[in-house]
Amino acid sequence: MTAPVLRAVALAVARGGVPLLEGIDFALRPGEALVLRGPNGAGKTSLLRCLAGLAPPLAGRIEMQPDAAAYASHADGVKAALTVEENLRFWAALHDRPLAEEALDAFALRPLRHRRGATLSAGQARRLGLARLAVVDRPVLLLDEPTVSLDAASVARLAGWLREAHLARGGVAVIATHAPLGIEAPELDLSAHRADPRATAGPDAAFL
Amino acid sequence: MSVWDYANPKKFIDTTTPLIPWVSGLALLCLAVGLAWGFFLTPDDFRQGSTVKIIFLHVPAAMMAINAWIMMLVASLVWLIRRHHVSALAAKAAAPVGITFTLIALATGALWGQPMWGTWWAWDPRLTSFLILFLFYLGYIALWEAVPDPDTAADLTGMLCLVGSVFALLSRYAVNFWNQGLHQGATLSLDRQENIHDVFWIPLLVCIAGFVLLFVALVFMRTGTEIRLRRMRALEARARRLEA
Amino acid sequence: MRDLRLAVRAGGGFGLALAFFLIVVVLVPFAVGPEAAVLARIGPGVLWVAALLATLLSLDRLFALDWEDGALPLLATSPLPLEGVALVKAAAHWITTGLPLSLAAIPLGVLLHGEGAALLWLAGTLLLGTPALSVIGAFGAALTVGVRRGGLLLSLLVLPLYVPTLIFGAEAARRGAEGLDATVPLLMLGGISAGSLALLPFAAGAVLRINLR
Repeated sequence: MTAPVLRAVALAVARGGVPLLEGIDFALRPGEALVLRGPNGAGKTSLLRCLAGLAPPLAGRIEMQPDAAAYASHADGVKAALTVEENLRFWAALHDRPLAEEALDAFALRPLRHRRGATLSAGQARRLGLARLAVVDRPVLLLDEPTVSLDAASVARLAGWLREAHLARGGVAVIATHAPLGIEAPELDLSAHRADPRATAGPDAAFL
Repeated sequence: MSVWDYANPKKFIDTTTPLIPWVSGLALLCLAVGLAWGFFLTPDDFRQGSTVKIIFLHVPAAMMAINAWIMMLVASLVWLIRRHHVSALAAKAAAPVGITFTLIALATGALWGQPMWGTWWAWDPRLTSFLILFLFYLGYIALWEAVPDPDTAADLTGMLCLVGSVFALLSRYAVNFWNQGLHQGATLSLDRQENIHDVFWIPLLVCIAGFVLLFVALVFMRTGTEIRLRRMRALEARARRLEA
Repeated sequence: MRDLRLAVRAGGGFGLALAFFLIVVVLVPFAVGPEAAVLARIGPGVLWVAALLATLLSLDRLFALDWEDGALPLLATSPLPLEGVALVKAAAHWITTGLPLSLAAIPLGVLLHGEGAALLWLAGTLLLGTPALSVIGAFGAALTVGVRRGGLLLSLLVLPLYVPTLIFGAEAARRGAEGLDATVPLLMLGGISAGSLALLPFAAGAVLRINLR
């Protein structure tokens, strides 16, 4: 059995200093994905930000190689003044990767490659944001609502890319989503991990 | 027990609350005695006349304006390194006191400068440095006000205080270089021979003690208030969570 | 590189700071009168203050755009550390404002009756000092990136930090123009620029990380 690429141990997560989730345990081995479920405000985004290393965990630990994660937030980080290709080229250069044509193909961006970011529709911008993940080519994907503003064909394209290009090559993914994505993955229901409201962890602890 | 135990908010309040009346009482006593002594019982200076008496306000205020910033710097460092909330809140609490002392020093200086130098304001290095110090205080307080999350605000203002201190020192040097100035040298130094006469010296020391105690009392009170506000916030947040 | 391209493409920052610089310099004679002697005397100082204000103008967009479109957290998870991001941003800011302002100071100095050596001193001190202005500004922009409408606050935080740079820069330009020895202010100006470039990116990176939490 291979070692996990990403492992969370007794992880507790806060949002704005308030404890939100606790006791999160999971391990993802190469090729495995995890789908985060839970109503709005359950803490899916906070957990993903914590896994990405943007926010420190309240307790517990995350085991992962450094610089292994690629995070995709609600916002796509598309530069309005640059074309689709220039946007991707920037991220490729930053991550010291070549700009693979497959990344453009995977999300059907080839016809749009010379369009400026400002003129893209929300769905097109989202596809560009997802293509960035293919370009930076990191083993751990942290996707926050990747299907928002995508049409059915694009959702299928995303699922296909995840299955065949990412997971099949030994990558892992943690995906927060409400829509069925069409990939085989266990689900983690965050509402079962809500932090005890009487909990006194977090920055406020000293004052209670 | 170690001194860090007082960094616990509850422990801090429990310790300082009974001290506040004593410290503030002592501060008022020192100020009353020192100022009355200074204003009514000291002779007029043979050159400066009665205007010299403003030093009993001016010198202690100016000293404490600088010391308050140094205290904020130390408190910010403690917060950034050891993450004690009381430390961050004490730095926040000290800033308005420090800016008030800076204003008192600037205003009394202007009042004294008018009859003595013939002008309310001169771009003298010391005066200019205090004006710059005032701007630093202003920026620091404004940043605290602008950031809603208390811990983020504490971190950001702490970093600003650190970087600001370096640039404040640089400004002091730059301003000295830029204009040699009218202001006399330090009023106090350890070498008493060069100092002002004993008649002024003792009431001045009493006034300085008064300002130091006043600063301590105000910082204790304001830090206590900040801690209680923070506690209310935390309790309200928990109550909301329990309801949900 | 991207920031450079963005700044040029977006058009705003690049030309706007220069135009602002020009306008301030044109307004000064209207305010103080057209006498050549007066203008020549205050010229270096006016140009330094105008350059400083023009630098300030484009600072609040430095990180704000990346904050709004969500690129900042993506940059934070990239191999380039945030300290590097801050340094690159400051460099791009300098290339699009500090450098052109320093060069534009020569023709604008002529408008204020500056002459030969004085103009070269002015441009030289600006070249040496504006990197400090950009990197101090990047620190200020990092502090206020999460604050809504943080532009005014940014000015309030950054202007006091600009004081030593302004004093040594304008002093060196003045002394050079009058043929006096300007070694000390020049050394201090260079020292401030070098020190700021070496240390402030770390402070800016730390502050960005705090704001991203």
